[in-house]
Amino acid sequence: MLDVRGLKKVYEGSGRRVEAVRDLTFTVEAGELVCLVGPSGCGKTTLLKCMGGLLTPTAGEVHLAGRKVSGPPPGMAFVFQEYGRSLFPWMRVADNVELPLKQKDLSKARRRELVTDALESVDLAEAAGAYPWQLSGGMQQRVAIARALAYEPEVLLMDEPFAAVDAQTRADLEDLVRRLWRERGITILFVTHDIDEAVYLGERVIVLSASPTVVREQLKVDLPDERDQLHTRVTPRFAELRTHVYEQIQAAKRGVVQDAVVTKSDTPPLR
Amino acid sequence: MKRFALRLVFVLALPALLVAVWWLASDGSTNVFWPPLRTILQTFPDVWTAERLRTDVLPSIWRLAAGYALAAVAGVAVGTVIGSYRRVRAVCEPVLEFLRAVPPPVLIPVIMLFAGIGDTMKVTVIASGCVWPILLNTVEGVRAVDPVMLETARSYGITGPSRLRDLVLRSASPQIFAGLRQALSIGIILMVISEMFAASNGIGFTIVQFQRSFAVPDMWTGILVLGLLGYLLSVVFQLVERRALAWYHGLRDSTRRSP
Repeated sequence: MLDVRGLKKVYEGSGRRVEAVRDLTFTVEAGELVCLVGPSGCGKTTLLKCMGGLLTPTAGEVHLAGRKVSGPPPGMAFVFQEYGRSLFPWMRVADNVELPLKQKDLSKARRRELVTDALESVDLAEAAGAYPWQLSGGMQQRVAIARALAYEPEVLLMDEPFAAVDAQTRADLEDLVRRLWRERGITILFVTHDIDEAVYLGERVIVLSASPTVVREQLKVDLPDERDQLHTRVTPRFAELRTHVYEQIQAAKRGVVQDAVVTKSDTPPLR
Repeated sequence: MKRFALRLVFVLALPALLVAVWWLASDGSTNVFWPPLRTILQTFPDVWTAERLRTDVLPSIWRLAAGYALAAVAGVAVGTVIGSYRRVRAVCEPVLEFLRAVPPPVLIPVIMLFAGIGDTMKVTVIASGCVWPILLNTVEGVRAVDPVMLETARSYGITGPSRLRDLVLRSASPQIFAGLRQALSIGIILMVISEMFAASNGIGFTIVQFQRSFAVPDMWTGILVLGLLGYLLSVVFQLVERRALAWYHGLRDSTRRSP
């Protein structure tokens, strides 16, 4: 479904040359939920923007359902981390969800149907007439998810969508993503810096190295399909997987110290 | 109801006090140029008859409306273009700063040369003065559109007219309204000044006319009419703004409550 081949992105400007992404190759199959996790500052956002056609890669290609991505493809929907700046505050919730649909060739009745359905599946049917700023952070991010669902994308790209909400809301939103994925069979690529989140959500976890980024490891998450916050997170297998990913990330960070010109003195957080 | 009454008292207290001070201070005045307020108010209904409203006040309002509307359309349109493209901005900014610095009344003699002394001249003067705050505020507003919102729009294929209408102009609307508000007071000033030059009707013309014929209390009534007109227009403006920017005030209040 989503095919990334030899992706490379170099930023050049004012005498500085920053190689953010060196060489990335991976695929996401149709109907898969894949989590991308890597040390902070590893070029996750750059990668997502290249995939979403918002940035042109220096080298390499991204293919969505067999077509090469060169500009935002219609079969892709984004959920951004900054929900407060991604929803339009001058539009009510339903209008926010409907706006992207107006660019598609859909009848008014069909649009309304999609909006109602999307808002119902994130449990926000009663908030349709509210403005985004009247809602809590978690609800706003649910609106952003509803907007993406209504768009009926082939692939849903989520860029650290829950980094800015509190822990309890975050757990609820994680379960929401799992539920939507299972109910609707959509393809999701979920980018996060939270290792537990990546293991809890994903069917597969792609571990990235530090910038300049390459794929460090691809890991199949062999946890049962039926997951819940209470039990899944205490299973021995979950602990093994997250420990493994954590070690990989730590190794990736040490890699930074060896390669980089500038070394930062931040110690990894204790858990 | 009680709160409404209390608010009304707050709103009216200071104006009432000022009028009372004026009334008492001027009551015994024998100075020809400072007639008692009593005399001014007595003269008022005789001067501002329905006929006068039709022949002098309406033409003034019409010129103001035409010039203001012209400035609003031109200011928002040109401002959006300048705000959207960095190159255009780099070329235009020094010129804009210069043009803005020229006081609009000095343009009246120049504009008279090619626009004549009719309504065209007055509308042009009003428009040429009002356009600057609208234009410059639009430029700032369009420049300040949130990059995350722009990226959202791009990724969802919101482009062309929809991007302009549903994102750029809406996002810039608080600044555009700030410009429109400044422009309104400039417009009223220019309306009066332009009517003092080569006019045959209008509020400004009437006031000058009374002054030249030493009808001093009548002249004062003209000033009162101008004050009332300005106040009325600003009330109307506030009503429109409150409706159009309801989302903005709500958003600001909500971020103030939870920073």
